[in-house]
Parts: sequence; structure tokens; C-alpha cells
Amino acid sequence: MPELTYRDALRKALADSMAENPDIILIGEEVGRYGGAYGVTKDLIKEFGPERVIDTPISEPSIVGAAVGAAMTGLRPVAELMYVDFLGMTMDQLANQAAKIRYMFGGQIGVPMVLRTQGGTGRSAGAQHSQSLEAYVMHTPGLRLAMPATVADAYHLLRQALTSPDPVVFIEHKALYTMKEDVDLDAPVPPWGKAAVRRHGKDLVIVTYSRQLHYVMEAAKTLAAKGIEATVIDLRTLNPLDFDTIREHVERVGRAMVVSEGAMTAGVAAELAARISEECFDFLEEPVIRVAGEDIPISVSTGLETGSVPGPQLIAETAGRMLA
Amino acid sequence: MSKKSNSDLLGLYRTMRRVRTFEERVGELFVRGQTAGSMLHLSIGEESAAVGITAAMKPQDTFTTHHRGHGIFLARGADPNRMMAEIGGKEAGYCHGKGGSMHIADMSLGHLGANAIVGGGIPAVVGAGLSARHKRNNAVSVAFFGDGATGQGVLYESMNMAALWGLPVVFACINNQYGMGTRIDQATANTNLHERAIAFGLNGESVDGLDVEEVAEAARRVVDGARAGKPGFLAVSCYRFYGHARKDKSPYRDAGEEETGRQRDPVAFTRARLIERGLTPEADLDTLDAEIGAEMDATIDFTIAQKEPPLASMFRDVFDPEEPEPEPVRTRLNRVLATE
Ligand SMILES: Cc1ncc(C[n+]2csc(CCOP(=O)(O)OP(=O)(O)O)c2C)c(N)n1
Ligand SMILES: [Mg+2]
Repeated sequence: MPELTYRDALRKALADSMAENPDIILIGEEVGRYGGAYGVTKDLIKEFGPERVIDTPISEPSIVGAAVGAAMTGLRPVAELMYVDFLGMTMDQLANQAAKIRYMFGGQIGVPMVLRTQGGTGRSAGAQHSQSLEAYVMHTPGLRLAMPATVADAYHLLRQALTSPDPVVFIEHKALYTMKEDVDLDAPVPPWGKAAVRRHGKDLVIVTYSRQLHYVMEAAKTLAAKGIEATVIDLRTLNPLDFDTIREHVERVGRAMVVSEGAMTAGVAAELAARISEECFDFLEEPVIRVAGEDIPISVSTGLETGSVPGPQLIAETAGRMLA
Repeated sequence: MSKKSNSDLLGLYRTMRRVRTFEERVGELFVRGQTAGSMLHLSIGEESAAVGITAAMKPQDTFTTHHRGHGIFLARGADPNRMMAEIGGKEAGYCHGKGGSMHIADMSLGHLGANAIVGGGIPAVVGAGLSARHKRNNAVSVAFFGDGATGQGVLYESMNMAALWGLPVVFACINNQYGMGTRIDQATANTNLHERAIAFGLNGESVDGLDVEEVAEAARRVVDGARAGKPGFLAVSCYRFYGHARKDKSPYRDAGEEETGRQRDPVAFTRARLIERGLTPEADLDTLDAEIGAEMDATIDFTIAQKEPPLASMFRDVFDPEEPEPEPVRTRLNRVLATE
């Protein structure tokens, strides 16, 4: 099995899809000659040429807006936003245009585009380059949202996103690009929209996604050493949301925690906790617990940065207390 | 052009040398693993823009900068120790380790903030211009940004408003030829950047950043014009000597280009001019450079000796200090999970 990094897997997904589908174009800042700020699109311009790998000026709203127009006229664009923090700049094109065109126009046309971006903490990049803004996307009807946590998912989810009939926001995590895994890309994969159960345990269900999956798995190991066995669910896509898998395990286990790097209030964890409480109320031994980012901006200081998002210790400690 | 006196040119040189040396020390702090992260953008090669334009500003003036703003802030009179400490993410830094290199600010010097969003600091000067008009305080507000920010629509919206309302505002574009790996002519079809400002009804000029006296002269025209009610735009052309940020080795430009580019060195150019004009003996410049070297060396020692911000400080300054701080996740968990 080849050893691949998350970055390699993303690149390979783009290359494989582009080779299959001549209508796929990449458009964004530094995606061509530079190869992407995090190296994901390295040398794709050599393979596919500057007509399909398009370097742009620093003009985020128009990058996303151009992708919308291209998607409406027969292309399948992959627009790149260097940081998810720039989402706000593009929110009109994304939320008012891409997300609503199929609906407003009575189903005449879809917007089959992918918006690739990356977010999260881990580089001392400060308040404007470290956010987790998936809740903005999840809160916008009409958008799909994928957030791969593993190398295999980086590949498969991007490949699948590139066949979606509707706009997909694809958020990578900046701290995962160099993560390596032995992956068999030909192994069967879960369909788009299906969560993965990464660990089975009888005491507690932990629902998470993206980089927090790794912290949760680490915490689960610590907990196992103390005799607490956690089931860990990696959502993979937040829209579609595989609530059936969540329900099945929460009903069996009776205890749930949700873990997200994004700010806690009105975030993804809040939505998940509300839904679990509503739908699985009769099966729960105690309230659903959220472990999420603090309701504060991210600091450049490394100590404050790591202190403001969940880590394995907080997750394990909280799970331990739930079962105490 | 009026020839500057000895002390004027020497003063400009001194500030440019301080900027250059400070930036070199930032690079050193990074190599020593003492910076908060690697997103550090050095303004080496661009000193004349920072120094020439701030020289035309008055104490009541305000400004915003882009992510490559160390030099501008230092030229405006910042304390290099507190700057370096901020770059190190330390409590003693200007923003107590929260902002870092890309989000440094000091209201007492009129610095409304550096910005990690390309173009993000531009429209604030329109608002500052409205304030100045309303308060009749005769202040000009200057937005410093790179050539890359000319791709952002917000620049054009801001220039249009400034011209429409005759605001005391200056748009200062530091054209170092690159936005990351993209050369200016790969980002725009018309590289005569000032022409678009003229089209909006501003005073628009472009100036060669090799010569700080020319930059200072042009800046004076544009800033004075803005103070009198006609906003301006000034593009200073220079060359980004090194990579975009600390980890970028600029593989997208060839060595020959870099060598030529680095010959356009405003600090060396001004130094040579001082000697050539017989204004300052070389030995005096050597002494000055050594003094500045020692001053900037001390910023490193200062920074390394400073404390990290205390963990609890992360909840401070989300809102006004009179207001309650956001509740920490741990506090909530303690309450929710309290065993009776
Ligand atoms: C809105 C936004 N888009 C993209 C980036 C990533 N980025 C940071 S600096 C930069 C290049 C900026 O070039 P320029 O404005 O010329 O400034 P320079 O770095 O040359 O000083 C880019 C693309 C960003 N920080 N903000
Ligand atoms: Mg530039």
C-alpha cells in the first residue's frame, strides 16, 4: 500500500478527476505556478496547462463568483480559497448565489462547483488565519460540506465532491497536510454522506470530524486504559449529515459527547447536541456534552492558540467525568 | 526638486537602516525558533516606502497597514522591543501576544492596525477620513497595502467614496512586484497602478522606491493634497528581496532576477548618496549602523526574556473590560458535570 500524505491524497484526487473529466478547472490564488499555498496543487499546471489551472489576482469574491458562472455554463470548477477565514469576503457569491440558484430558479440548473479551502489552528497564524467556520456553511441551505480527517478521506471525499450535482464546500485542516497513512485507494469506500465509525465501545459515543478526530482517538486510548470504551464517529460530511449512524450508536450506548474545533456557541457541536437530545432523548443517561472551541478569537501566541481549542486531554477528562 | 539638507537625508537613512536591521533581526528570531509561527513578512527592499511616506505624515494622522507592515510601524515611531515581543507572541508585545506580526497596532501612534486580510485595512481609512472631517482635527488617514491588494474590489469602492466625498485619505501602494508567487503583470493587465486612481478622481502618482527623497517628495504632495481635501494614491515601486514569508524560498523567480532586484537597494543607495554628496563621512555612517545593530540586537534579548501571556488572558478583550468575559468551556463543563 502506498504511503501518502493528506496533501498528496488531495492532489491525486484532483489529478485523477481532472484526467477523467475535461470540464474540471482549478481557479484560485497561487494554485498554478506556486502550486498552492499548502502545496496541494503542485505541478498540476504542468500536467493540465494554464487554461485548466488558473492563477488569479487576489480577488476572492470574483474567484467564487466566476466559479458559479462557470458551473452554470458547463464546467465543473474547483475554486480555492487559501484560508477559510476569507469565506466572509465571498459569502455573497457562496450563500446568495451558489447556494440558492437551483432553488430560486425553480430547479432549472444546479451549481456543480467545489470550493476547496482549509481552516483551523496549528500555525500561530492568528485571529484571521486560524478559524473554523464550518458552521457558516452548515447554516446555509443549499451547500454541501465535507471535512476530511484522514488521508483516505482526503482522496475519496474530494473525488466524490467532484461528482456532486450541487455546490460543495470542502474544508481541509491546515494541521493535517503532512499527516501520512498507508492507504489502499482501491479499497471500497463509504458512499458520500456516510459517517465512519472509527472505534467501537459500549460506554460513550463521541461524534466529531476533521482534525479533532485524531484528538478524540488519542483520548479514547487514554480512556481505554482506564476501562472506558468509546465509540468514535467521524462525520466526514456535515451536509449531508448521517444522523442515522449517530442515532444507532447513541441509542445503543446512551451517552454522547460532540467534539468540534469551531467556537462553541451556535456551532456545529451545538447543532449536533440539539439534534441528539431531540431525537435520542429517551435513550440518554445524561445531557449531551459539547467540547468545542472557546467563544473567542484565536491568538498568535502558541499557548493561547492551543488553549482555545479542544485537545486530547480535555476530551479524555470530560469523558471520564461523564462516566464518573 | 528641492535638495534636502544633510539632517533630512541622514534622518531618512537612519530610519531606513533601523527598519532594515529590525527586519533582519526578525529573521534571526525566527531561525532561533523564538517567533510565534512563521508567517512573518519582511519589508527588506521596501524601506523607502515606509520611511518616505511616514515622513510626510503628521502626529494626528492615522494609518492602517498590510501584513508586511513592520517597517511602516517602526518608521512611525514604534518601540522595537514591544514590536519584537509581539512577533514573539509575548505578553510584553504591543497586543499582548494576541495579534503577532500580522495584527500589530498602536492607537497612540495612530496605527489602526496591521491586517492579515489582503485589502482588509483599506476601507477603514475612509471612515477615519469621515472622522477627521467631522471632528475637524486636520488628520489624514493613510492605507498602506501591497500591489496584490489592487486585486481587491474594496480598494476601488474605497477610492470612489474618498474621491466622491473629498476625504483626507491616502492610498499608499507598496508595489514590490509580487503578491506571493504572482508577479504584478500576471495579476493585472495595466500595471500603471496610479492611473486607476486618477480615473476615480484622486491625485495619483507612481514613484521609484530606490530614491527615498523622491518618495518623500511625492508623499508630501499626496498627503498635503489629501489634507486639503483631495484624496491621493501613491504607488512606490520596489523589489521584495526575499520570499513571501519566512518559509518561502521564491522558487518562482530566477536567481538573476533576484540579483538585479536586490541591487535596487534603497538603503545602500541612500548611504552612497550621503557619502557622495559629502553630507556624512563614511566612518560616521559605520558608527551609526553599529549603534542601530546593537539597538536591534537588544530587541532579541528583550523578547526571549519576556513571559508568555497567561492562559487566562485569552478571554480578555473579546469585549469591553467592563463587560463579563466569555465563559470558558472548562467552567461550563465543571458546572454541567458537577456531581451532586
Ligand atoms: C484576502 C486574502 N487573500 C489572500 C491572502 C493570502 N495572501 C497573504 S499575502 C498575499 C500576497 C499579498 O501581496 P501584496 O498585496 O503585493 O503584498 P506583499 O506580500 O507583496 O507585501 C496573499 C495572497 C490573504 N492573506 N488575504
Ligand atoms: Mg506585493
